[in-house]
Amino acid sequence: MGRFKITPSIAVVLVLVLLVSLAAMRYDGFLGTYNVQSVLRYISMFSLVALGMCFVIMTGGIDLSVGSVAAMCSVISALLSPYGLAPGLVGGVAAGCLAGVVNGILITQLRILPFIATLATMLAASGSGLLLAKNQSVSVSYDTYFTQLGQGDLFSFVRPEWVDADGVGLFGSILGFVLSFPTPAWIAIVAYVVGGVVISHTSFGRHVLAVGGGTEASRLMGLPVDRTIFSVYIISGTLAGLAGVILAAQFGAGQPIEGIGWELFAIASVVVGGTLLSGGKGSVVGTLAGALLLGVIFTILNFENGMGWISLSAYWQSVVRGVFLLVVVILQSRLARQDSDRMKAT
Amino acid sequence: MSDLVSIFRRYGVLIALVLLILLNFAITPHFATMQTLSVNLTQVCTIVIVGVGMTLVIATGGIDLSVGALMAIAGAMSPMFFTGQLIAIPNIYVGIALGIVIPIIIASLFGLFNGWLITRFSIQPIVATLVLFIAGRGIAQVSTNGDLQVFKVPEFQSIAIGRVLGVPFQVWIMVVVVGIAAFVLRRTVFGRQLLAVGGNEAAARLSGISVKRVKLIVYTVSGFCSAIAGLIVIAMNSAADANLIGLGMELDAIAAVAVGGTLLNGGRATIIGTLLGALIIQLVRYTLLANGVPDAAALVVKAGLIVLAVWLQRQERV
Repeated sequence: MGRFKITPSIAVVLVLVLLVSLAAMRYDGFLGTYNVQSVLRYISMFSLVALGMCFVIMTGGIDLSVGSVAAMCSVISALLSPYGLAPGLVGGVAAGCLAGVVNGILITQLRILPFIATLATMLAASGSGLLLAKNQSVSVSYDTYFTQLGQGDLFSFVRPEWVDADGVGLFGSILGFVLSFPTPAWIAIVAYVVGGVVISHTSFGRHVLAVGGGTEASRLMGLPVDRTIFSVYIISGTLAGLAGVILAAQFGAGQPIEGIGWELFAIASVVVGGTLLSGGKGSVVGTLAGALLLGVIFTILNFENGMGWISLSAYWQSVVRGVFLLVVVILQSRLARQDSDRMKAT
Repeated sequence: MSDLVSIFRRYGVLIALVLLILLNFAITPHFATMQTLSVNLTQVCTIVIVGVGMTLVIATGGIDLSVGALMAIAGAMSPMFFTGQLIAIPNIYVGIALGIVIPIIIASLFGLFNGWLITRFSIQPIVATLVLFIAGRGIAQVSTNGDLQVFKVPEFQSIAIGRVLGVPFQVWIMVVVVGIAAFVLRRTVFGRQLLAVGGNEAAARLSGISVKRVKLIVYTVSGFCSAIAGLIVIAMNSAADANLIGLGMELDAIAAVAVGGTLLNGGRATIIGTLLGALIIQLVRYTLLANGVPDAAALVVKAGLIVLAVWLQRQERV
């Protein structure tokens, strides 16, 4: 008893650390500022969406609308960007929140299965995005600070010069490394810290897991089941909206047709991170590791191509991701079976 | 009064379709032409064929997200055979036969693989088929290097655009697929077993049904149907583009099944309903487009339609 047990979430964090260390040894510049920045800039959008999906899945639901909600919100924030950073940010996030409210109403009031309800919202959001954008991408205003949300580096101004010198020691290099993170990465980090605290230290977090573990039992215990479910879809929609704002700011345009397949990428991240799709169990840290892992695979393929030993087209990344997901779900089903065997034995 | 209600319950989808057609006669110009019929039917064909496989999967309480990716695999693979890229072919008909049969077998095997993951490891269907959703299109893209393969082989293309009795051949394929599936679901032991598995898996197992076998078969059939749809798409376009074949098809097929009145938790299914559901979605879109509403707005209407159909379905059960 008290033995340290390797849960799927810890395992995925270990795999991530291992993979990144191996890559850092094998490829020059893998942990260089340029590569880290470009990888983080891109992955932070996905990890925000994955965080929302993690909350939804922990209640036993699913949210297929996140990709097109993000696309719609990128259009809305791009349209609002001439008025400044705040209107663009607030407008995009509010639109995402509204999509979450629609999902919540469909699921808790009309009692439509999450899968179908969010499928409908996905179509509606995609259509609304295209209508607002008049079927083309909407360029954002460069006169305001709006693009800083995607292209800026929040703490680069406090980054001291000396960390770039040779022989600054471990502390210096880590400081320089962390302070060079791009703004979207900081947004994602804050979101994950808040998400992690909410799940493990608030009554709402307990409710989320309880509802996922057994909706009927939670209802009988007097937990606010509907309110909890409603809230997770609002969280998911809001985070998708935030991802959409970052998307617009980063690429300088609201993209009504971006976001296709994001929902499934997010689901894959959550599953790889060790959260059960049946709900009731889950890990915010694992989800972040899952999203990073799936994103890093792409970068590693790029670097491997750069070494010249092999030449794999970009199309291989989806094959590798799929195989990766396959291995993870098979291992997870093994672990789940061992757990249930152990429970039977006692 | 109660008779009226029960008639509406049974034939609601059909009544909606008839009303929609009547509405179109009234407001849409040039609606009552052969060309309109032909356009609508060819647009709906692949969705119905994939939807048939999806209906069977959903009837067992599952879901298949990989259908679009399997369409891409079959569609991207086929031209390699009948254009003689892969192996030299003695004559064009052998090439076409190989180009039809081998992609269908491969996609069916991928479907079987989905079923194997679900039955062997008890992985939830949505996750198990997510694997091929992600990897499948990649496989198709890798095998063609992502290039567009253009071809001009009228003998092959006749599976989509050839006409029999004035009706495009793909419509006949659709009719046959729908007919066989409807017969199997209604009249055979396997059909009853399939619904039993979806209704209550534990009870089905206790009554001696091989749940595993039923599931393996439905996912294989879903792969088979996807392959046929993939072949029709490339024959229609006279080009195969691994990036685009069947993109988003999983959602269209699920929408058709939902609107058609198949219970999404499994246990009750209607193949004819899926056909009608796909027709309604297509016709609504056509009505809006023909009357000058932009395509994006049609998406929003489609969303409303799905919600309405599923909500009505819920009311019946209460």
